[in-house]
Amino acid sequence: MVDFHGWSMPINYGSQISEHVCVRENCGIFDVSHMTILDLKGKDAEEFVRKLISNDVRKLNELYEGLYSAMLNDDGGVIDDLIAYKLENGYRLVVNCATRGEDLKWISTKAKNYSVEMEERDDLSMVAIQGPNSSEVLSNCPAPIVRTLESKKKQQGVYGNDMFATKTGYTGEAGFEVILPHDLAVGLWKNAIKAGAQPIGLGARDTLRLEAGMNLYGFEMDDSISPFECNMTWTVDFTDEDRNFFGKEALMRMKKENKQYELVGLMLEERAILRQGQKVYFDDEKNIEGTVTSGTYSPTLKKPIALARVPKISAKSCYAEMRGKEVFAKIGSPRFIKEGKEIFKERI
Amino acid sequence: MSSASELRYLASHEWGRIDEEGILTVGISEHAQDLLGDIVFVELPDIGKELDAEEESAIVESVKAASDVYAPLSGEVIEINEKLLDEPEIVNNSPLEDGWFFKIKLNDSTAFESLMTEEEYNASCED
Repeated sequence: MVDFHGWSMPINYGSQISEHVCVRENCGIFDVSHMTILDLKGKDAEEFVRKLISNDVRKLNELYEGLYSAMLNDDGGVIDDLIAYKLENGYRLVVNCATRGEDLKWISTKAKNYSVEMEERDDLSMVAIQGPNSSEVLSNCPAPIVRTLESKKKQQGVYGNDMFATKTGYTGEAGFEVILPHDLAVGLWKNAIKAGAQPIGLGARDTLRLEAGMNLYGFEMDDSISPFECNMTWTVDFTDEDRNFFGKEALMRMKKENKQYELVGLMLEERAILRQGQKVYFDDEKNIEGTVTSGTYSPTLKKPIALARVPKISAKSCYAEMRGKEVFAKIGSPRFIKEGKEIFKERI
Repeated sequence: MSSASELRYLASHEWGRIDEEGILTVGISEHAQDLLGDIVFVELPDIGKELDAEEESAIVESVKAASDVYAPLSGEVIEINEKLLDEPEIVNNSPLEDGWFFKIKLNDSTAFESLMTEEEYNASCED
């Protein structure tokens, strides 16, 4: 068990690699109750959320549907990444627990000029069920409303019996997440285990999201990194010209200046794992360099992989120095695995 | 005199087991493999290499971190466990037996007695 921003959480229940493989091949269950849940309600809720985050919640057609987005500061840096879900009279934001303090401060300051109330839902737990066999767990769920999730598309959700269930996740596998009162969470957990899910710790959660090419706050991005530099360009919606979300002006300036860095995937054929903060080089003189944001051993590919923020040049490979040796890495897309299959595209 | 099967330890979590010819088999402790978590790569020293006591001699890389493995005593590397290169998980499954790293011909086999006993090592892990 480790102290994770004030939460006592398991790195692994047994073997981290077995837990990882279990989610790719079968089904895993994660206690992600550390995530911060914020409900924003009131007359101006929509107007405010459209100002607050980079993606446009007007895209949400259905109730309980979720939208991945960045929340930016005025310099265009990422304060946090989050999912915004549509509620009857507002929005539910699920944000990171590591950034909870900063997020609350930023949101409550900015909300002052709007008719909107923010409620932190620390009365709710959150459980993620992920993997190709997660549908088994879903069809065995005692709550009928949760079972109706089956017919929903990715990112969509249902709500009833005090359970807020959505087809979202952080693993690159099919699956769903449920936000519910603490006492119900225990029952849901036990039921999922009975239906074949295995508990998964923080360690495998990290390697799964890394294989899937999903960002982790404090690694791929922070408040000095723009969405353009961390593979989050797709979460910035400029479509509505009248929507002046925080950070928009700074991003427009960056677009004109032409962004200099981007997030790429690295794949290594050698027995060495690149770790956060390590430098990768593109020339013999080491004048051109990038930085590893996350690195691990990929249990699915059985080789080391990493994400790195590198200069926007068309290089096909780079190298790092490890233990006095040069270690080469192929450069490609910042995503490696989707639904159990390799999707890494090497630059050619 | 220590028995043939007795393990002695370094505070840095290596164990050594000596045979009657003064050859020391070296590995990492049960506690160390547990701390490291799943081991994914092992780098071993070259055969013939002369190691000093407490010199960095091998590297073990787990899902969490890379760690150096130190030689408990000085001597020449005479054998390495090449199986670990392809199946590093052996270290997790059998750290004290099949998961040994390398063998060294000790320069001074009496130095074995200077290493920590299991009891002393366990006490040092609790600190």
